[in-house]
Amino acid sequence: MIRNSLSRMGPLLALILLFLAGSLLSPTFLTSENLLNVVTRSSVIGIISVGATFVITARGLDLSVGAMAALVAGLSILCMNAMLPTLGAMGALFAGLALALVFGGAAGMANGALVVWGRIDAFIVTLGTMGIMRSLITWMSDGGSISLDFALRGVGRPLYYGTVLGVPVPVLIFAALAILGEIAMTRLRFGRHVIAIGSNAEVARHSAIRVARVRIATYAFQGLCVGLATLIYIPRLGAVTPSTGMLWELEAIAAVIIGGTALAGGYGRVWGTVAGVLILGLVANILNLTSFVSPHLNGAFQGAIIVIAVFLQRRSTPF
Amino acid sequence: MELTRRLILAAGAAGLALSTTLPATAQEKTAKIGIAIPAATHGWTGGLNFHTERTIKAMEAAFPQLEFVLTTAGDVQTQVNNVEDLIAQQIDALVILPMESDPLTEPVKAAKDRGIFITAVDRGLSEDGVEDLYVGGNNPQYGVVAAEYFKGKFPAGGKVVVMRGIPTAIDNIRIDAFQETLEGSGIEILDMQYANWNPDKAFELMQDYLTRFPEIDGVWAGDDDAALGARAAIEQAGRQEGMVLLGGSGMNRVIKMIMDGDTLIDADIFYPPTLIAPAIEVTAMRYATQSPIRGRYVLDSPLITKENAEEFYFPDSPY
Repeated sequence: MIRNSLSRMGPLLALILLFLAGSLLSPTFLTSENLLNVVTRSSVIGIISVGATFVITARGLDLSVGAMAALVAGLSILCMNAMLPTLGAMGALFAGLALALVFGGAAGMANGALVVWGRIDAFIVTLGTMGIMRSLITWMSDGGSISLDFALRGVGRPLYYGTVLGVPVPVLIFAALAILGEIAMTRLRFGRHVIAIGSNAEVARHSAIRVARVRIATYAFQGLCVGLATLIYIPRLGAVTPSTGMLWELEAIAAVIIGGTALAGGYGRVWGTVAGVLILGLVANILNLTSFVSPHLNGAFQGAIIVIAVFLQRRSTPF
Repeated sequence: MELTRRLILAAGAAGLALSTTLPATAQEKTAKIGIAIPAATHGWTGGLNFHTERTIKAMEAAFPQLEFVLTTAGDVQTQVNNVEDLIAQQIDALVILPMESDPLTEPVKAAKDRGIFITAVDRGLSEDGVEDLYVGGNNPQYGVVAAEYFKGKFPAGGKVVVMRGIPTAIDNIRIDAFQETLEGSGIEILDMQYANWNPDKAFELMQDYLTRFPEIDGVWAGDDDAALGARAAIEQAGRQEGMVLLGGSGMNRVIKMIMDGDTLIDADIFYPPTLIAPAIEVTAMRYATQSPIRGRYVLDSPLITKENAEEFYFPDSPY
């Protein structure tokens, strides 16, 4: 029983260990400036990972989120720039942000429809759409970058750099989404259906759960999350390049699994994903703050932390 | 704008394909030149593709008896396939920017054995004597120019942080030359970490450098994409005062900043994606005007400042 509750707390334990390591290795690690930096920039992956938690819990997979983020961001920037003369900076910004959610939701819906109605394996569908969307953004930008008009940058800046009562805006958005996600997963019917489908889709179908609809909804929600993430990504640097979002899908999947969600579906927890995202962000941060290891070995360190974090909770997932 | 250019090009390519299938309609083609370059996956290669297309168009207009076949590849294996396909199309000359020297050496040697004239661009092949013509940038000079820039800025010494690129031979050569040139200058390198020539990575790395080091006089981001990411982090922390930031390779957005008198970025190092232009031109001359040129062209990487920025500015290029 003790062992069980300990392993359930695996991600938190790993997080605490990282905090200890960070504060021992670097005098600046615990400054509020540093911690806010890490949490703020982790928000982009964090928001995407909340969506990924639902997809994976329902025994799905979405490899296209990184490419989708780049494409959605690129399309929204083009739309914002085009609308600037007619709507003005503020109008164009809000219209563009709304469009980002629409684009993301639509792309996610397309993934879901292909997986569920097309009866194609999620891995293959999203591998395909990943390639399509990555090529589209490369083609649209001609290999260079798609930049936000300077008039829009000033207006959009607070979305990444602004704070409310000292808390950065991206962190607020991430926190709000995570809380809603946790409630949806544990208290709402949607979450229970997602878990049921993930553990056994056949049984779920016999229990009168609309399996197809719920599965598509998880992909659409994932797309919405990607759209939401681009809202805070765009104002950060004001530009999208073909390398934007590269490997975000793997970071998101890693965060979800570190957080204790079962890769085979049927068990998911959003708070664990939040811990997972922070673990990944803190490891990168600590490696940058110290000359502890050769930069050539950074990847090995991150890999080891991922394996250890999952090892700490290896019995927590019921099969 | 980009779209129309692309469309015109596609139409042109289709027209070209059509004209080759029709026997000798207008002008007899006397030579076929195959070109194999990396696809436009990040800023610099985007510029490379732009200048390649531009040069081919100019050459075709000037010498209608020459035919050009352009291939692009996203990875090494695809480029090997492209070279094989070009050989099968009976090319007379091959202009290649090898994505990596070792794996491309054998396929290019096979082309040479067929009597195809080889022009290597930017990177040589692993064996001496494979290429007939070599056109490249000067990577050691790239590092030396960066070091000399900081020496000029801080004659009494100073503290700089460095962002490395993607771990490659080119990056090593540049960094070694940079360190060697700084030796004994009193300029201290606080740390060097990889930012992969990527704006997002550079943003996060710069945030961490800024929290870790209370005193930074100069930043060498190694590349303009990375420099723009670093710049956003420096502005966020409000540390622009008295800091200098140097990127490299000549992105048009950065050159525009230099022309407009930016205080943080007042110089750039040219590492021209335009180096493909002389490579194609000299190869074409061999067949157009029968000028048998062989040997090595090494193009300079000069420092770009406000005075000479105009010369390096390509407003229409994606990079």
